[in-house]
Amino acid sequence: MQYWHFSETAYPYLPPEETINSVRVTLPNGVIDPARAADLWDRYLAEWQVADECGLNVMINEHHATATCMDPAAPVIAGILGRITKDARILILGNPVANRKDPVRVAEEMALVDLLSHGRLEVGFVRGVPYEVSAVNSKPVMMSERMWEAIELIQKAWTTHDGPFSWEGRFFQQRHVNIWPRPLQQPAPPVWVTAMTPGSAARIADDNYVIASFLTGYEGTRKVFEAYRDRVAETGRPTPADDRFAYAALTYTGDTDEEGLEGARKLMWYVKANKVPFEFVQPPGYTPYFARAAGLRGERSAYDFKSLTLEDLIEEGIVFAGSPSTVRGQIEKFYEKVGGFGHLLLMGQAGFLEHDETVRGIRTFAEHVRPRLDDLFTAHPVAV
Amino acid sequence: MLSLVDSGSGTVVGSVRGENVLLDVYRTGSGPTLLLLHGAEGREADEAFTDALAERFTVVAPSHPGFGLSPRPDWCDSVDDLAYLYLEWLEQQDLHDVVVVGLQFGGWVAAEMAVRECSRIGRLVLVDPVGIKVGGREDRDITDVFAISRAELDSRNYADPAAGPGDLALAPHEDVLHIARNEEALALYGWEPYLHNPRLRRWLGRVHVPALVIWGAQDGIVSPEYGRAYADSIPGARFELVEGAGHRAQIEQPDTLAELVVEHAA
Repeated sequence: MQYWHFSETAYPYLPPEETINSVRVTLPNGVIDPARAADLWDRYLAEWQVADECGLNVMINEHHATATCMDPAAPVIAGILGRITKDARILILGNPVANRKDPVRVAEEMALVDLLSHGRLEVGFVRGVPYEVSAVNSKPVMMSERMWEAIELIQKAWTTHDGPFSWEGRFFQQRHVNIWPRPLQQPAPPVWVTAMTPGSAARIADDNYVIASFLTGYEGTRKVFEAYRDRVAETGRPTPADDRFAYAALTYTGDTDEEGLEGARKLMWYVKANKVPFEFVQPPGYTPYFARAAGLRGERSAYDFKSLTLEDLIEEGIVFAGSPSTVRGQIEKFYEKVGGFGHLLLMGQAGFLEHDETVRGIRTFAEHVRPRLDDLFTAHPVAV
Repeated sequence: MLSLVDSGSGTVVGSVRGENVLLDVYRTGSGPTLLLLHGAEGREADEAFTDALAERFTVVAPSHPGFGLSPRPDWCDSVDDLAYLYLEWLEQQDLHDVVVVGLQFGGWVAAEMAVRECSRIGRLVLVDPVGIKVGGREDRDITDVFAISRAELDSRNYADPAAGPGDLALAPHEDVLHIARNEEALALYGWEPYLHNPRLRRWLGRVHVPALVIWGAQDGIVSPEYGRAYADSIPGARFELVEGAGHRAQIEQPDTLAELVVEHAA
């Protein structure tokens, strides 16, 4: 099992919830105190350094026009982490390639970060969250098709070394693709793709990419991983190793259960502060029209965690929290229930979880949870 | 889920690379042929207007690919495709002097048809059409219908918001499925550039048939000033402002609009 510390790098100092319509897309950036934002970035970077010192890997992501994430340019932060961490693998999960107009630029950015980090980069691709299609003017229809064309173009850009090739696809057109520099890792950096539903798994399995699922709990995650395994079996390939499967959960480890739960309660900001109106949560085309119709009729979305308590979220496998032995037990149980997985993405900072609390959570996990889990699960080599 | 039309219930409107394009086409009335191109409301929501037109015309009202109960071939993803599809259909039926009435998004489609080829079109009527750029680069000519609440959408689409679908939790399921499917199609065809073609306005001078541009005086999606600019761009076009109507003027003032169409076609 590999472990990855992740913070979404929020700007949590927001006006009272009842006074704003949305934390995404429309919240004016005048809310930001730039000096405070700069300080927050110092501490978030320091927390990834702590994770590295503790032997954990690091993970970052990218969002746009939202108070929940101050990183609209993941490659910039990845490049910094490439220089201020020593051993950690650096995972971007992910590049929202259905929303990026120029996949070749993404291929270049990833190649550069791979060099800067001396081959420690893991490249994740995501379709992009529904809230962002307005903020980045990205058509919410056929996003999955666009994401896959972008991934194929990026892969070809990384692995073509005999001069320019041309690409005239449905979504992207390029005359002379010949990226300089090229990645350090050969033939290409490892690739991850997220999937929140079983329907997305087959295509990821076909390329043998790592499949990552976010906050989907025991049941949702089991179904997604099973769809990947089924596809591999159907296509006559050997059973995939655990290192093809990743899961992200909100995680806080304390010395005691009480301390662990207290930390997790602060992490809950991530789900509780996500006030977004329907028109940004479910833009037309992002989900099948009949699913959106259910939303229009007022049915609760499967990813609307706002009404759930911490206890509910722990019960569903969306939060791991408590003392080291409790957290170990929760992760073991998760491993059993989903048929095994090899990467745990630890969302260990959110909202008002302060720096010292975040660092304590990371250290406690690294010192008291990880070694026992390593005894149970083979610590597979991370590069793929 | 909605049951889309199939080869039994649908109408073949054309063939592209050897594959038939099948649409849900509603025909009613008698008289000269009138091609009615719906907007985001969908063909079904224009019933009163369609019935009023049917007293004087043979109304042919397709649901565009991806809207209503019409399937959408994967290749069909632009307003250009729709314009060519319908022009081809008029040609195949060997129709002449067709009255083409385009409503909002359908008005954009009708305008794209007319700048390409007017030989089978007798009269053109555009009702609160989108499709052109009028203001400066920082002027939002067309309200972002994908970024506002349902209540605001109703209040902008209708002079009297009660004319709209209202609280969708209380609306018939079938209607909500139609709304969701129609909005997905609207996003497909009109997301970027947003509900317009930057090149269309410069070619509107190619519309060589008598044109009438009708505007709901209370249109909260696209202003009457935009409508006047639209009419000014089409040689000889007449502009009519209709009181008591929002963006979807045909829903709130079906009889007034039908009378204007009859008068224009005479």
